[in-house]
Amino acid sequence: MAELHSVLLVAVIAGVTAVLRFLPFAAFGGGRPTPRIILYLARVLPCAIMGMLVIYCLRNVDLWGASHGLPELLAGAVVVGLHLWKHNTLLSIAAGTALYMVLVQVVF
Amino acid sequence: MKTVKYALLQTLPVMAGYLVLGLGFGVLLQSKGYGVGWAFAMGALIYAGSMQYVAIDLLAGGASLISAALMTLMVNARHLFYGVSMLERYRGMGPVKPYLIFALTDETYSLVCSKDPPADLDRRWVFFLISLLDHIYWVTGSVLGALVGQALPFDATGIDFSMTSLFLVVFTEQWRGSQDHTAALVGLGASLVCLAVFGPSDFLIPAMVLMTLLLILLRPWLERRKEAAHG
Repeated sequence: MAELHSVLLVAVIAGVTAVLRFLPFAAFGGGRPTPRIILYLARVLPCAIMGMLVIYCLRNVDLWGASHGLPELLAGAVVVGLHLWKHNTLLSIAAGTALYMVLVQVVF
Repeated sequence: MKTVKYALLQTLPVMAGYLVLGLGFGVLLQSKGYGVGWAFAMGALIYAGSMQYVAIDLLAGGASLISAALMTLMVNARHLFYGVSMLERYRGMGPVKPYLIFALTDETYSLVCSKDPPADLDRRWVFFLISLLDHIYWVTGSVLGALVGQALPFDATGIDFSMTSLFLVVFTEQWRGSQDHTAALVGLGASLVCLAVFGPSDFLIPAMVLMTLLLILLRPWLERRKEAAHG
């Protein structure tokens, strides 16, 4: 029985996730023209969402903790700085992540 | 072949992040008594990173189906916003469209939402391959995690910062690519305010509602600025 309940749980979670992903396309994706307000949101939301995801990744940083968020600040600055300079996605991510790993494992 | 190579290069940062996050998920899942089959099924069918971590708790605690549905609704509501912002870009994608929609995770979204593939490549195949490769990385990481358990060969502490770096890079590119930074600032500001008010585990939904409301309120002003900039 426990096994069956687990299968049902996975099915429910997968189902709700899929509904959330398909809903916008089902509601606005047909032949009808998309409302202007939706088009406007589609244009401005990505920038806002990406800002939110950055904050989301950093949500557990404790500014008053042992490291005061310095590893995140330094590594994040390297990522942005390197990216503005070289425009190389892989380089920016690899350098920032490597620096962060060194900082949290060795320095702080 | 050129298309495959392009998609592969685009997804490399996600590969690193997904293998590690998937590995972590598989290890945790296995420690609660759910093995390789579960890791594979959940990675393939749910395919939503943060929700799958939550799902481990739900499974282990024997949560009710209703509470699992509500929890999924809260954690994954942001996908509604991804969908809305991808309506136009995913228009005319043909038979691969349902899969593209199903596989639209945070990270895949960050790869397909702003950057246009080179003009000589078929957009449909580029988006499809990016989505499929990310999916494969995620399932592979999850299954490997369930297989190896806790015997990791090196100290991977901090490698999850690759996700943060990826989002920062996309944010930086969007910033450089647009003349008006209001939307980006609204996203950052609304998230920080909600993080301070609601705390790290509950701020996502309020932040999304707040930024959407603010952007709707700012619409007349933002559209006038856009016209002024183009006129």
